[in-house]
Amino acid sequence: MSQLSTRHLLGIKELSEEDIRLVLDTAANFKEVINRPIKKVPSLRDITIANIFFENSTRTRLSFELAEKRLSADVVNFSSSTSSVKKGETLVDTVNNILAMKVDMVVMRHSSPGAPHFLSQNVPANVVNAGDGTHEHPTQALLDAFSMQEKLGDLTGKKIAIIGDILHSRVALSNIFCLQKLGAEVRVCGPTTLLPKYIESLGVKVELDLHKILNWCDVANVLRIQLERQQIKYFPSLREYSLYYGITKKMLDQLDKKIVVMHPGPINRGVELSSDAADSSHSIILDQVENGVAVRMAVLYLLAGAKG
Amino acid sequence: MQKRLVLDHQQIDIILRRFCYQLIETHDDFENTVFLGLQPRGTLLLDKIVALLEQISGKKVPSGYLDATFHRDDFRRRDFPLKANETKIDFLVEGKKVVLIDDVLYKGRSVRAAMDAMIAFGRPLKVELMVLVDRRLTRDYPIMPDYCGVKVNTLDSQYVVVEWKEQGNPSDAIWITEKGKS
Repeated sequence: MSQLSTRHLLGIKELSEEDIRLVLDTAANFKEVINRPIKKVPSLRDITIANIFFENSTRTRLSFELAEKRLSADVVNFSSSTSSVKKGETLVDTVNNILAMKVDMVVMRHSSPGAPHFLSQNVPANVVNAGDGTHEHPTQALLDAFSMQEKLGDLTGKKIAIIGDILHSRVALSNIFCLQKLGAEVRVCGPTTLLPKYIESLGVKVELDLHKILNWCDVANVLRIQLERQQIKYFPSLREYSLYYGITKKMLDQLDKKIVVMHPGPINRGVELSSDAADSSHSIILDQVENGVAVRMAVLYLLAGAKG
Repeated sequence: MQKRLVLDHQQIDIILRRFCYQLIETHDDFENTVFLGLQPRGTLLLDKIVALLEQISGKKVPSGYLDATFHRDDFRRRDFPLKANETKIDFLVEGKKVVLIDDVLYKGRSVRAAMDAMIAFGRPLKVELMVLVDRRLTRDYPIMPDYCGVKVNTLDSQYVVVEWKEQGNPSDAIWITEKGKS
């Protein structure tokens, strides 16, 4: 198969296993491209892409923009803080105005879950979800899977732990869908207040003890405590959280086997991950960033090639 | 029209040997020469040429696989996009004499895309093209081979199929078939 089954990337839930494997295979080709002396291919030279970010982002927006430029697409950037959204313009009006400027593809981040789905039903462009509230962050899950696969080979039967603030994380949900479709076993770990009630219905087991899950897993994907999404206190203090759920290099060195440590960034150093653990040989955090560009190139390339 | 044999394994073997002697004549000691096989079907021919050349001349020549999928001019114009293949080049072509190798030369569009892709690895001194089969009078671009196994007259309704023993075929052979028939 050389074509995605969808013309939008709204979430991992909507993708088939074949779609995911196609993205990962294509990303491997693009990773070779971005390591060439000339890191650019002309595939999307007749495409204009709008990056519409209604929420703050550094890594994801830069990664998408770089991916678009490496594919030779024309790029326009939009940030809600400097736009007419502040004057009360609706989402569809904002996007339709941008599309009237002959934009072919929209990469959108929004604080409301489902916003990209709504957009895809109302505009003719391909829509890529760059994170919608606490719902999904599909390209992060794809780049995480790509990075794991690079390190461990095929993920079938591999044990993946997602550790930290699962409740507020769109990365967790997309990771669970993606890794399960690739045949991996997923468990989550964190304080009970930061674990969604329905989480076990997704087929993942819950482990409350950090030491037990680190001994079980091949990969620990550590998530950030999202203080900006927390309206109430879910744990007494960051210090206490760090004591129970913070990962240190000493803990990693004491394990029977060498595990892989990942983090989608930005890291709260000293909270979920100590500095020496984040910078240790276990960590592939910077590989994730590099792979993010390759995976996003693959997604954009495949969506542009998808039949309307 | 039924399947028509163009070359059998003995004829292919003679052509591959001829290619090697032509290369030795042109490139002497291969000091500054690299070979690139075009994905997906030129890579097997490349491997055969490189192995035979090493056997005949005792020289080991740098070689790699070049995929031009992301440089094609028919992206978004085909019913289905082509799946990319691996590019495997662990050297730069800057200042090198490059021999591009493919099995069949048809419209010339793949070779144009390949030259575009190749330039990402530097500015070559010279580029040559080697093909096993040249489909005459079918070119869309002004591209001609420097080394050619056989020239054939074909229609757009026909395929030129190159079969290699290594791919599970009974023996090496080149056929002309009608599209939709094997």
